[in-house]
Amino acid sequence: MSVVGEKLQRTIFERSAPGRGGGKIPHPPADALDRIPAGALRVTPAALPELAEPEVTRHFVNLSALNYSVDTGFYPLGSCTMKYNPKLNEWAARLPGFANLHPMAPDAVSQGTLQLLWELEEMLAEISGMDAVTLQPAAGAHGELTGILMIRAYHRSRGDLARDEVLVPDSSHGTNPATATMAGFRTVTIPSAPDGGVDIDAFTAALGTKTAAIMITNPSTLGLFERRIGELLEATHAAGALAYMDGANLNAVMGRFRPGEAGFDVMHFNTHKTFSTPHGGGGPGAGPVGVRKVLEPFLPAPRVIREDDGTFRLERLGERPTSIGRMRSFFGSTGVLVRAYAYIRAHGGSGLREVSDDAVLAANYLKARLRDTYTVPFDRPCKHEFVASAADIKHRTGVRTLDIAKRLIDKGYHPPTIYFPLTVEEAMLIEPTETESLETLDAFADAMIEIAHEADTDPELVKSAPHVAPVRRLDEATAARQPNLRWRGMTGAQTPCPD
Amino acid sequence: MPYGLHAADDRARMLETIGIDTVDALYEDIPEGLRAGPLHLDEPEPELLLTARLQALAGRNRVDLASFLGAGAYRHWTPAVVDQMLLRGEWYTAYTPYQPEVSQGTLQSIYEYQSLLAELTGLDVVSASHYDGGAATAEAALMTCRQTKRDRLLVSRAVHPHYRQTLATYAEGAGLEVDDLPLVADGPAAGTTDLAALERLLAETDRPVAGVVAAQPNVLGLLEAMPEIGRLAHAAGALFVAVIEPVSLAVLAPPAEYGADIACGEGQPLGIPLGYGGPYLGIVACTDPLVRQIPGRLVGMTQDLDGKRAFVMTMRAREQDIRRERAASNICTNQALLALAASIYLSAIGPHGLRDVAATGASRATELERALAAAGAPRVHEGPFLNELVVRVPDARAVHARLLDRGVLAGIPTADLMPDEPSLADGLLVCATEVTTSDEIERFAAALAAELAGLAVGGAA
Amino acid sequence: MVPGDLRYTSDHEWVRVDGDEAVVGITQFAADQLGDIVFVELPAAGKALDAGVPFGVVESVKAVSDLLAPVTGEVIGSNEALAGAPELVNSDPYGEGWMLRIRLADAAAVEGLLDPAAYEQLVAEG
Repeated sequence: MSVVGEKLQRTIFERSAPGRGGGKIPHPPADALDRIPAGALRVTPAALPELAEPEVTRHFVNLSALNYSVDTGFYPLGSCTMKYNPKLNEWAARLPGFANLHPMAPDAVSQGTLQLLWELEEMLAEISGMDAVTLQPAAGAHGELTGILMIRAYHRSRGDLARDEVLVPDSSHGTNPATATMAGFRTVTIPSAPDGGVDIDAFTAALGTKTAAIMITNPSTLGLFERRIGELLEATHAAGALAYMDGANLNAVMGRFRPGEAGFDVMHFNTHKTFSTPHGGGGPGAGPVGVRKVLEPFLPAPRVIREDDGTFRLERLGERPTSIGRMRSFFGSTGVLVRAYAYIRAHGGSGLREVSDDAVLAANYLKARLRDTYTVPFDRPCKHEFVASAADIKHRTGVRTLDIAKRLIDKGYHPPTIYFPLTVEEAMLIEPTETESLETLDAFADAMIEIAHEADTDPELVKSAPHVAPVRRLDEATAARQPNLRWRGMTGAQTPCPD
Repeated sequence: MPYGLHAADDRARMLETIGIDTVDALYEDIPEGLRAGPLHLDEPEPELLLTARLQALAGRNRVDLASFLGAGAYRHWTPAVVDQMLLRGEWYTAYTPYQPEVSQGTLQSIYEYQSLLAELTGLDVVSASHYDGGAATAEAALMTCRQTKRDRLLVSRAVHPHYRQTLATYAEGAGLEVDDLPLVADGPAAGTTDLAALERLLAETDRPVAGVVAAQPNVLGLLEAMPEIGRLAHAAGALFVAVIEPVSLAVLAPPAEYGADIACGEGQPLGIPLGYGGPYLGIVACTDPLVRQIPGRLVGMTQDLDGKRAFVMTMRAREQDIRRERAASNICTNQALLALAASIYLSAIGPHGLRDVAATGASRATELERALAAAGAPRVHEGPFLNELVVRVPDARAVHARLLDRGVLAGIPTADLMPDEPSLADGLLVCATEVTTSDEIERFAAALAAELAGLAVGGAA
Repeated sequence: MVPGDLRYTSDHEWVRVDGDEAVVGITQFAADQLGDIVFVELPAAGKALDAGVPFGVVESVKAVSDLLAPVTGEVIGSNEALAGAPELVNSDPYGEGWMLRIRLADAAAVEGLLDPAAYEQLVAEG
């Protein structure tokens, strides 16, 4: 039996029939648009589908069944922190007081949301050891851009215009170098050290008067804590540069390591990882950014301000001229932030530390269970995730990491992150999170071991996986060479319906 | 820990398998000087108490007012089926569909979103979505620079000021020049983009323009001469970016028809709650020749090994995780769940329903215009508008504040929204949609009339 | 076996010289390593190329690679068929999958490139 539904669905356009649907809202008066000049009006109506509600419901319910999700199974996706999404938080974000508040509503009518946001900033500052936080960025990558633009503004404010380089390790997320480019910097890629960590000496050697910032993920994308991070931060500051921490892996170290206290100048949080706001099939996320005092003047506008009388307000336009400006239309992804707030309150300080401890414990346990079957290239305690490699299996049997990933689908699991980081051959990055039971962890380890065995005894079985999914492997080459990115009647005639 | 599963026994077994005594051993690689002490946060809050806290906070917001606030975020009615579908865990607790075999639901839903927005805009390519209207506008503007290999943008001052501010932030990082296009000061075209100024700025041949950005309807609710703006942009070798509002596209000419190369804007009106600014849905759509420049995810239709139709993220090598520092954008996420909301909304409301939503908003706006004019606050501009308008109110900020005390959220003072437009010093930007009732309009007009009468008395004293 | 009438670079490009002009492409080895090629970005005619400097990009489904100019010269034409059929680089890298025609700045510079034997050895050594 497939771990997801097996029945593919026609598109919403193929379900359409003229004359279906309607009755949702009253018709306007016939002359409603008479005052609009004909030239500005639409001549041909948009070819949107026509469906009655029962069909809409069936379509989207049946489509949803084709998805794997945290609510249906284990998602050991390294660097993504696919933990359980508490239902309370969904309820909270939908409270009319939160959901129906207009982003330009006057401060006087927005006190509840403003208080929540202000408190959340304080909590994130405490967790990270930073002095101030902006909640504006819409995602981790958006937070990175915010942080790097602040660093740019900092150097410029000091008349230091020569710093045009950002140092990034080769194991970093692709967003780091892409962010540096967007902010007008040149990326200098630093190779990793043999132990998988950042090569501190290579970094130190590359630091200089042209370095604006270093960007480090800690724990690293290999799930390892950078043991010499203190030295690197000192060298960075000695060179006049600032240190950015990619906080993607914060779920490993809450209550154990505070980046601001350790000397990082700026970091982003991924609320959809650490604070369990749902991934939503690819978004929305939120990427708050914490900074130390030195960068506080440059935070994006508007900030939330608490007045002496205990009321809250948004900063006014131009109130803080040193700000890098606005990063998006309105204050932030407030609906996501309400969920993060509820999550942090539910756990408290002690609970957050327990979250990290359990996540790290689970990762080390899985690593111990798999180390005799897969190569574990870095044999020291990992944090909340670890890298295993199928390079030996590939050389022995021809079965690649991709095949193992697809075979896991047959066994009822979502595959781990594969071929990342780029620095490990045939990499699998496995992150169990703290919200999986020991039984689940054991069953997953058993499945991984069984697949390695199958690779030896029946490699074709693994190479041709998945066998029990609604579709088999896809023709991605044709998809990219002759992209079909939208429904057209013509396309429909050429491509048969699945049923 | 409320959502953890490990009992003490479980932890003991795991520690034993790992071969250590305490979890502290797993943190010994953090240098001693850098280890954190306990976090100074409140105690864990049981769900019962947390529920009450959240309810109390939400209750401190006032969402019971008769609201005429628009300006880039719109109050609409959403069929109940939208949220019922969104509450399915298979949608909202799924990850990005990197494994297409177990993600056909999300992939097909994104393809359908792309197709629906392609129908609305008339354009060929729609990204899987961006953060919001402001970020989408910034990305659209950057696209024109990459495509034309020019670095100057002309942006109408009637594009939402927050979008212009967001674009300015992005442009600063990218080292681009942004020039404002002024507005016509008076006459029938007052409040719309000054075409003569556009022509003049485009004629500066030593500073070639990559893209011209204008909004339809513009931030003051007025309809722009979009075909003319597009024609002028193209004549100068520039691309034309239209900032759109998706519900209006049910009745207004689609961007493809008036020559837009790129359409961008805010998808919030398509079934997404106001939610104090997010999460929202950034729309970016473009013509086929620009497909290589569009940032963010794209989903395409293809086949599996057996020839079955299926969907997959495609043209992935443009993206940051592969192209790294050479990527067109650092965007990683899309607003998949909000794109899904938009698709469900459009499917449920249908083509006729969407037209009714747009036309009813226009009809309510006519009613609002008449009522406010009768109350002493006439429209400022002469040109055609859809469902938002600026009315002249002396001492608008103070009147706005006092109307709030009367339970009316009287739009937004134009002096707050656009302080750099002297012609808008005394105005309120107000909005009506299909949910605006005649009763609300009457309350607004009556309260305004009372305030204006008070002002007149005060002025005489 | 690689074609014997071409010269090669250590970045897996080939060059076919014809008087003061040359045709450039990538080798079968490079095409195989990239996998299914889905997009090729090439410069327009008139663009000056410097040996060793990137002139274009080749994308496969999940990888992207710079194309480095094997020699210095000026682009006089590119293979427009690749826009619609990038798979030609996989199926016929030395023929229909060619990429650029270049006017060589210095025809003698080609002598500095790898001969077929040397390139085969480079590939064999991985």
